Order: sequence, then structure tokens, then C-alpha cells
Amino acid sequence: MIRNLFAALSGGIFGLGLVVSDMTNTSKVQGWLDVFGDWNPTLAFVLGGAVVPMFFAWIAARRMGRSALGSPLPQLPGPVVEPDIVIGSLMFGAGWGLSGLCPGPAIAVAGFGGWQAALFLVAMMAGMVATPGLRARLPRLSQA
Amino acid sequence: MHSDWLWGLAGGLIIGAAASLYLLVNGRIMGASGILGGLLDGTGRSSWAERASFLAGLVAVPIFAAPAVGHQTTNLTSNVAVLVISGLLVGIGTRIANGCTSGHGVCGISRLSFRGMVATSFYLLGGAAVVLVFRHLLGWI
Repeated sequence: MIRNLFAALSGGIFGLGLVVSDMTNTSKVQGWLDVFGDWNPTLAFVLGGAVVPMFFAWIAARRMGRSALGSPLPQLPGPVVEPDIVIGSLMFGAGWGLSGLCPGPAIAVAGFGGWQAALFLVAMMAGMVATPGLRARLPRLSQA
Repeated sequence: MHSDWLWGLAGGLIIGAAASLYLLVNGRIMGASGILGGLLDGTGRSSWAERASFLAGLVAVPIFAAPAVGHQTTNLTSNVAVLVISGLLVGIGTRIANGCTSGHGVCGISRLSFRGMVATSFYLLGGAAVVLVFRHLLGWI
């Protein structure tokens, strides 16, 4: 129960940060990706601002060895970069550039973004549901 | 416009605080695509309540917070084909890459993860290329 409460709190604070930084405004996100046009550097401040507390959180987590609720820390992958990371990230980036939404903001706008936000979220969730099946049909990708 | 970066920095710090809380209290990585995707494809069944709680907070707070800070404009396109295709690309791409801007970007870069940095480089590259082609060459977005 406490665990779910803190999960809801984390999600809520994440949502607050996304609207404060205006990452739910697709024209700012597309402006950041518009390197050859009217470039908007806001996203660099968002990512930079988010990385700093998290850098110290990782140090604290290593010292604690366990989470405050006693569960083990997440299992972290090694430095190996599978082709999946590159192929998937290029696909994700293409969708991000087209729409101006990545998964966090896509969920955060669900409650106030109208039918456009709802349709994007449904399509994104459909893609997530379809991915295990797609991976199975593309054996080279999943072996890689 | 000139204050965009201040809102960005403030919001970024809040996002970092959320990720820190989720890591230090729950022992989890705050990756939006992983939390939602694991709930949808069944891989996160054992932690479904924790995932659903996180998502409930993420949907509920912006409903009040966005108008409070005057950031309720999304400027999302009304082009149905673009919404569906981009949504599918984001959903499939983030699950194949095993992470998005929050998981690979915020949580990966902050622990100096090479994987996170490679993923971030490639989704930025993909996004910049698409904006270049579709905005400046085709004029569609």
C-alpha cells in the first residue's frame, strides 16, 4: 500500500514537472528538434535539470544498497549496446519528431489534451501491445 | 520565449526529484514507456498495482497543474494519420529500444550509462531528421 502511494506520488511529481517545463507543448519539443530552423533550447534545460538530482540519487542508492522500502535496487544492464537500442530509438525519435510527444508527456496530456491526445495515446499503447509479436516475427532483431 | 529555459530548468529539477523518489523509495527506474509497456504486454504483471498507481498520478496531477501554470496548450496536430503513425512509432520504438526520454535519457544519462547515451543520441537524431524532412523539405508539420 505504502509502495503504491509513493508510486502515485512519484507519478504525480513527474506530471507536475512535465507541465511546468511545458514538455506537454509539442511546438516546444519540435522546436528543440528543429536544429536547422528556429531552434528552441528549452529541452536541454529540462534534461539537464532532471539529470542533476538523479545523479546524486544514484550515488545515494549505491550507498543505501536497498530502497527505503526494503526492495532491491533495479537490475542494471551492462554497457553492451544491442542493435535493438539503435533501431528502436530511431523509430521512437521519428514518432517523437512527427508528433512532438514522447511517452511521459503523452500520458500526462491524456487528461487535458482533447481527442488528439487520446488518439495518440491509444496508438502508442497499441504499438506497445503489438511489440512482443513483432519481435517474434523479426527473429534477427530479438537475437541481436 | 526568454523565460522558456527557466520553466524548463524548474520543471526538469521537479522531474529529477520524481525520478529520485521512485528510485530511492520504491527501488524502481522511472521510465514512462517501461512502466506503461510492462503493464500492457504482461511482463510487469507482478508489479501492476505500483505501475497503475504511478500512471494514475501522472494523469491526474497535470489536469490541475497545467491550467495552474498556464501550460494547457498542447499544439498537437489534428491530422489523424500523423497522430496514429507517430503514436505507433513511439510505442513500438520505445519498447524495442527498452526505454524512452525518461528511462534512457533522465535515468540512464545520470548514471553515466553508455546504453542510455547511445539511445538518447539516436532518438534525438531520428527526431531532428524527421523535423528537417517533414517541416523544411515537405512542409507537412
